[in-house]
Amino acid sequence: MKKYDIFLAGVGGQGIGLLSETLARAVDYSGQRVIGADTHGLAQRGGMVSSHLRVGTGAHSVLITRHSADLVVALERHEALRGMLDYLKDGGTLVYYDAVWQPLDVRLRRTAQVRNEDIEAEAARKKAKVLRVFKEDLADSRMQNVIIMAELSKAKLIPGVEKEHYTAALSDLLSGRVLEVNLKAFEEVAG
Amino acid sequence: MKSMGEMLLSTGGGSEIVIGNTAIVRAMLEAGVRVATSYPGSPTPEIASAIASIPRERNPMYFEFSVNEKVATEVAFGASINGHLSCVFFKSVGLNVAADTFVQLSMMELIGGMVIVLGDDPGANSSQNEQDNRHYAHLSYTPVFEPATPSEVYVMFKQAADLSRKLRMPVIVRLSTHVCHAKEKVYFGPMPVHEHGNKPLFCMENGPYIPIAADALKMKRRTLHKFWELKDLLEELPVNIVEDNSSERGVITAGAPYLSLMDVLEEVEDKPDVMKLGIVHPLPKNRILQFLKAHKEVKILEELDDVLEREIKAFAYDNGLTTRILGKGDLEDWIGEYTPDKVREVLSKCWPDTFKPVKEPDSPVKLNARPAQMCPGCGHRSAFHAIKLALKDTDITVADIGCHTLGYLEPYRVGQVLLCMGHSTGTAAGLSMFNDSRRVVAFLGDSTFFHAGLPGIVNAVFNKHNLTLIIMENGTTAMTGHQDHPAVGRNFNDVSQKIPVRQVLEGLGVSNIREIDTYNQAGLKEYVEAALEEEGFKVIIARHPCMLKFTREMRKKGKKLPRPVRVGEKCNLKYVCVGQFACPSYQIADGGRVWVQEDLCIGDRSCVQTCPSQAIEPVE
Ligand code: SF4
Ligand code: SF4
Repeated sequence: MKKYDIFLAGVGGQGIGLLSETLARAVDYSGQRVIGADTHGLAQRGGMVSSHLRVGTGAHSVLITRHSADLVVALERHEALRGMLDYLKDGGTLVYYDAVWQPLDVRLRRTAQVRNEDIEAEAARKKAKVLRVFKEDLADSRMQNVIIMAELSKAKLIPGVEKEHYTAALSDLLSGRVLEVNLKAFEEVAG
Repeated sequence: MKSMGEMLLSTGGGSEIVIGNTAIVRAMLEAGVRVATSYPGSPTPEIASAIASIPRERNPMYFEFSVNEKVATEVAFGASINGHLSCVFFKSVGLNVAADTFVQLSMMELIGGMVIVLGDDPGANSSQNEQDNRHYAHLSYTPVFEPATPSEVYVMFKQAADLSRKLRMPVIVRLSTHVCHAKEKVYFGPMPVHEHGNKPLFCMENGPYIPIAADALKMKRRTLHKFWELKDLLEELPVNIVEDNSSERGVITAGAPYLSLMDVLEEVEDKPDVMKLGIVHPLPKNRILQFLKAHKEVKILEELDDVLEREIKAFAYDNGLTTRILGKGDLEDWIGEYTPDKVREVLSKCWPDTFKPVKEPDSPVKLNARPAQMCPGCGHRSAFHAIKLALKDTDITVADIGCHTLGYLEPYRVGQVLLCMGHSTGTAAGLSMFNDSRRVVAFLGDSTFFHAGLPGIVNAVFNKHNLTLIIMENGTTAMTGHQDHPAVGRNFNDVSQKIPVRQVLEGLGVSNIREIDTYNQAGLKEYVEAALEEEGFKVIIARHPCMLKFTREMRKKGKKLPRPVRVGEKCNLKYVCVGQFACPSYQIADGGRVWVQEDLCIGDRSCVQTCPSQAIEPVE
């Protein structure tokens, strides 16, 4: 493939680093070239964090051009809208986990919280497909990233990347009990 | 699970997906670096994380986090003149701290070799400016390699180490944020066998090493000799890439902007020829002249300042070339990271026929930024909440660098001026002069206290300044990923002697010292009020361990965190918890009710005391 761009967004503390690293390795296991970068810097939680992943031989910079990502993956609702506005190309796909970590403006009651309808409306304008992910009975919120990974796998949203590529990637990065729990959650959703 | 440490040590080499900061550690080991030093600063701290992944007993390289970048540079220098290949790495502005030492290095015979790895930060992602450190290289006659990808980082570090050893001079490998953090698959060669000796090779005959009087000029002459010799050598090094698209137009570029350019060129028909420089100082003059001669117009595409441009224009002038050289245009060309978007914009200004600027689609939706904030339960939040209640609107607050810098953000607004690491006491002293009406409060973190904070404190005692200094002690270098500092009792490698902040202050002659845990908000408020009424130099140590570090350690040990809090029935919507104390766990529901996001709350209960209606209660 010439180029397939994936923009990942979330809030510091949501585990976007592991998500992005797993996706990169899964793409690598599928035999395709991948480059990317996490755009974090500091330790504190709660700021916007993003990660760029670029698949294919036609990608050079690790940073994706604005409004040209094929796929935006977000772990939080506000960041899903921001990611779509800033990076998704017209006709692209947005997948987001519907967690809400309100930004300061909402907490200071200056603006309203983003609603799922707002995301739908913006997606319609961009002719983008939207997949909202939410798991009612998820015991540990730190596993939202694995759930969204499983949805990506199930819907085959990254061309050429199959289920076994994701699990191989997870096994590279985790071990012991943590790996077990994550693989189980992944299998449950990915089917 | 794959082990990073094993990958870094593997004798056979192999390939792995790594970031630039990891690739450079493999290169250090292959090159035979014996001593590496640093002070933590983004974008480089992951270099140390990669070093930490190597089992201590199998790591042939000594590493330390020194107290600041200047000391780190000196330790690496000392090792080098004793015959060991050494490496020091730190962030862009770290070079300002190290500068006094750094500018001398090229005058010295570095018999072991020494590589300085800089993490520049175009775009000021995590720094107070986006300074272009190539200027320092010019000022000190130091060669600079500029890799664009993790693979190039790996290769160029080894080339830099070779060159440094051969010429016995310092060599810079200049990275930037998205080279440090870029990831790709890198192919590593086999690990050479190094016979490291323990014989100290320092010898005066290699000198002179004392740049005093006539020797200073003699040493400068020797430096320039080497530098001239180097210019010829570099013409032949295979570090430059030329892409021929048979165009009358050319672009000369280097580093990460080259990759952005390649992205932009994917979309245009009329591609200019491209010359990518691997070493940006000194420049391969003959190669550049050749490229200029072969083109009608050449654009110098460089991030930050016009360093290449000025030199290349001088080459052209000296050689009477008529090639039109397009340098920086308007001032926007000097600002920000050269991402693909930025490069398209820059090129559209000089060749509008080929390059079109990106059109931002207009959307009715506008979202405000979500800047970093202090973590749930952070002791600094309790401190700012209490201190703010003790301050008058007219008081002047001086911030310093660390997590507590975030106090300048809403809703706290504590900290109104910031220069750099450790500036606060000095700046506050100046602000207190000819000033009888506005009280001055300075802030300082504990790692920064040791890094660059001490001279300002000694000066305040020595010159009897009138100000209050609040040391925000969280027991770690939090912002850059929780590195230990001298008051912790542990260094990168080992248990070490604790150097408590209070004892240091007492030793420096500070007599007015108060200490308190920041979760005791009423007590802290009282202390600040009292200190502000007193004359002279007053210090308050406002202490609470970094809660992010603490919760991580608890989880690692498999310990349960306390239950989150919740907002009970007594709540009558005063919004102090969410609007003033502003722990990010507090959320606003439709209709204005306040609730606690349990995924965020760490159950530390520092917020309970802030509620005027006593409505915050633990979840049973
Ligand atoms: S990392 Fe530690 S010191 Fe920094 S904001 Fe978070 S809890 Fe506070
Ligand atoms: S107990 Fe929870 S809500 Fe209160 S300060 Fe701590 S993290 Fe924030």
